[in-house]
Amino acid sequence: MLQVAEGTSQGKTSRRTGRRLFLGIRRTFSLIFASRTATVGFFIVAFWVSAAVFAPLLTPYSPTYQDWKAPNQGPSAAHPLGTDELGRDLWARLLYGARIVLVVLPVSQDLWLPGGTALWGVAASLALGAFLGLVSGYKGGWIDEVVMRLLDAMMAVPVILLYLIFVAAMGASAVNVVLAIAIVGTPGIARLVRGLTLDIRTRDYVRAAETRGESPWYVMFVEILPNAKGPIIIDAMLRVGYAIFAMGTLGFLGLGLPPPSPDWGSMVAKGREFILAGSPWAALWPSVAIASLVVGLNLLADGLREEAMRYQ
Amino acid sequence: MSPSSPSKDCLLEVEHLFVSYKTRKGWISAVKDVSFSIGPGETLGLVGESGCGKSTVAFSLVNFLGSNGRIVSGSIRFEGSELVGRSRRELNRLRGNRISMVYQNPMSALNPTLRIGEQLAEVLTCHRQMPKAEARDRAAAMLRRVYMPDPEQVMARYPHQLSGGQQQRVVIAMAMLNRPALLIMDEPTTALDVTVEAAVLDLVEDLKEEYGTSILFITHNLGVVARVSDKLCVMYAGEVVEQGPMETVFTHAAHPYTRGLLGCVPRLGSTKKVFSLEPIPGRVPAPWERPDDACVFAPRCRHALDSCRQQKPPWLDVRPGHGARCLLAVDLTEKPLQLRGGPSGPTDAHMETPEEDHPLLQMQDVRVYYEQRKTSLRSLFGLGGKDFVRAVDRVSLSVFRGRTLGIVGESGCGKSSLLKAIIGLEKLNGGRLEFLGVDIGKTVRHRDLEVIREIQMVFQNPDATLNPSYSVGKQIARPIRRFRTVPKGQVRAEVVRLLQAVRLGPEYYDRYPRQLSGGEKQRVGIARALASRPDLVLCDEPVSALDVSVQAAVLNLLMEIQRELGTTLLFIAHDLSVVRYFSDDVAVMYLGQIVERGPAEAIYAPPYHPYTEALLSAVPIPDPSARQKRIRLGGNVPSPLDPPSGCRFHTRCPRRDLLGNESHLCEQEPPPWRRAGQNHFIACHIPLETLTALDPVLHQVS
Repeated sequence: MLQVAEGTSQGKTSRRTGRRLFLGIRRTFSLIFASRTATVGFFIVAFWVSAAVFAPLLTPYSPTYQDWKAPNQGPSAAHPLGTDELGRDLWARLLYGARIVLVVLPVSQDLWLPGGTALWGVAASLALGAFLGLVSGYKGGWIDEVVMRLLDAMMAVPVILLYLIFVAAMGASAVNVVLAIAIVGTPGIARLVRGLTLDIRTRDYVRAAETRGESPWYVMFVEILPNAKGPIIIDAMLRVGYAIFAMGTLGFLGLGLPPPSPDWGSMVAKGREFILAGSPWAALWPSVAIASLVVGLNLLADGLREEAMRYQ
Repeated sequence: MSPSSPSKDCLLEVEHLFVSYKTRKGWISAVKDVSFSIGPGETLGLVGESGCGKSTVAFSLVNFLGSNGRIVSGSIRFEGSELVGRSRRELNRLRGNRISMVYQNPMSALNPTLRIGEQLAEVLTCHRQMPKAEARDRAAAMLRRVYMPDPEQVMARYPHQLSGGQQQRVVIAMAMLNRPALLIMDEPTTALDVTVEAAVLDLVEDLKEEYGTSILFITHNLGVVARVSDKLCVMYAGEVVEQGPMETVFTHAAHPYTRGLLGCVPRLGSTKKVFSLEPIPGRVPAPWERPDDACVFAPRCRHALDSCRQQKPPWLDVRPGHGARCLLAVDLTEKPLQLRGGPSGPTDAHMETPEEDHPLLQMQDVRVYYEQRKTSLRSLFGLGGKDFVRAVDRVSLSVFRGRTLGIVGESGCGKSSLLKAIIGLEKLNGGRLEFLGVDIGKTVRHRDLEVIREIQMVFQNPDATLNPSYSVGKQIARPIRRFRTVPKGQVRAEVVRLLQAVRLGPEYYDRYPRQLSGGEKQRVGIARALASRPDLVLCDEPVSALDVSVQAAVLNLLMEIQRELGTTLLFIAHDLSVVRYFSDDVAVMYLGQIVERGPAEAIYAPPYHPYTEALLSAVPIPDPSARQKRIRLGGNVPSPLDPPSGCRFHTRCPRRDLLGNESHLCEQEPPPWRRAGQNHFIACHIPLETLTALDPVLHQVS
């Protein structure tokens, strides 16, 4: 009897969580579609995500298949976007390039993790930055002073230079690109979270938790962090854009994923040599891809932020 | 039909005003069919709870409604000419010249980057094209007129260098510079301390007499309105529900809402033993929930008839110049305002002063200092001494089981710091804190769970007291789980029990804070504090941010809980009527020290400490027939960084001259504790006999 009662109550709880999740998703979408900017951004991003997910269905070619007879071709029926200097299909390379950015993280030859390189990088910098920001914002005092001055020192170095230093030191691989993105993104997120923490920690519910004798970790992660999530999510979206940009830059400079993997940045670098030779396609398409995805993410983030502000 | 008969001698005449705002729900009407008039030199008090459309009315007079608001219909005639439909430019000229406004927050009304003198002079150079030098002279004269000490110096300062009361004086001076015919004051004293509020209200009265300015005075505080206004206009849910001469409305209220409001506020001098507050149930309906074909107040009305829900009640004049929008207005106005008697606090047997009893909480010479970094170069390198803000300085108090101790004082007197020290959020810099004989002079991190669960706190701001990310149930369950009050399986049942204890239904379990009203949030906050079944609950101004009708409900709830559970309450507030009503014992605090303590009845009758006397005479009383002695404190509260020597109050004490030749004592020696009654102590150099001989602050005129 008791077990039955528990079972139903559990069922009720899970149904309730499901419903809450559904409501949350619906709310997010209504927020996105309320703003024209966010809607445009959403569709651009959605295009690239679905293209990346369904890449094998959208092209018959493998990104490394070389058609010796047709190098540096313009768009045609066989190759919708043309081919590069080795006769590889640009459309296929674009799609599989998007995969690496947004859908999979190639750790090694055999191990591919779900979630794209850019997403992993941002997630890692979020975790690290949020932790540092929470601690220095909540604890204050010398901890704050030390952490913030170190991060300031990091922020003083130009971002590109930082990327170059990290990747050059650690070697070019997807995991190292993730690490570089994570480390370079941390100071910004830490600053943001620290600012939010300084504001939230003065609220009465935080004092209520303190008067219950809750541990500082509880206060930071259970009371403060969930209330900072709105601005953090929007910042994270912008940062995915920066991360894609950074991957492109590294690839262009030859520090991205090792060839022959389809990396947008290295595609631009290779294709660049043939622009004046009359076949600009190999450089054009990946540039367009990077630009549209970054712009799309920015539009989505900006639109969401505006719309969320209006709600308050 | 119209409550105001059109007449030639009206300065401002508002008729059938409808105002709407555009929101995501479409156009919603915030103000419906509002009519009133103000004669020359008259003050109209506009009262009502928040969300009733008071400010919207004021903004619509000067067409300040913002981009999403507009006047739908109606007319506003000012000095005989119609304002509705005039261009923005014409209204701009009018706003500066003939109509001025004073807002609630003086800091945001003043430009922080301009010196006071420049801001004041700008009004005249801009609107009157006056030469700069002349404008400055006029500005200085006006500052002197609003009793600003040392106007020349003040003109050279920036707004942030002035105190709140001084800032509000500057704003009033600015509003009066052009000799406006109409002054609109929107909650001008709400952000100020009682003593400052009293001085500002005096000033308003003086200016009115001198310049004959008409004033539209908007406030939610019935005491304030009783002090300043000639006529009263009560608004509820966007409509005027009652209007009439101020004294008549107070004595012969005709609308149930007005009567309800009057029953919600404790009169100064009344206590929970003789008078219980009667809250108005429910809440002000949101603009889109207001019916057009029924009385808007009917759902909350005790007298509502069936016909109230079927038709909109017409405007009824009960006597010339006094009317209400109620079917029962004529009957109600003749009924005396029955303020329900009967004790609502703990029974008297419980109330006997337990002198020999062991106190629940004992404070002895408690000190809380905050370190202040000096800005000198020396201290930058860690040299030189440190400064301390002496927030709480040698406070000794006892709190007895089952009783309520109220602590009053102006802002900055150290009440909150004292509470923080008791709960363990601030370190003690000296002294001893004992709870049931156990030393608890440690911060909460170092206290035993057993001690923590016995002392809990209710916070001031209902919007910040609950974490917006979690449901009500989760937030109440957390302390239950943490302190293991009940076995794990029964947590939910316990939460529901607590919700019921604060008069909320179990359906609130899954609600989120954003779905609750201010009063409901405060109830959940109280339930959370009670979850660990504490012996002592500290209340940090628990009702000061609530509307009066809700305030009464929360106060009643706290008293019922105290009666049922025997909880001891420590209550801080700046509202003396609330403290007097609610507390058994009162301590008056000034600049980090207790100056008077004793049973509530004793504090509010002579002998008074001079500071208590001044505080009492400053409280606005919602009763036009009460007369107060007029004692105003000069100057500001001195800095707690460097408190005055001897008696800390000597710099502002209005009774120092009573000591005659001995008055140098006040500057040199800390005052002795004088025993004025069984448990009543006053810290003052003035002999008790002299203090006892003073008149009571409050007396009734029949």
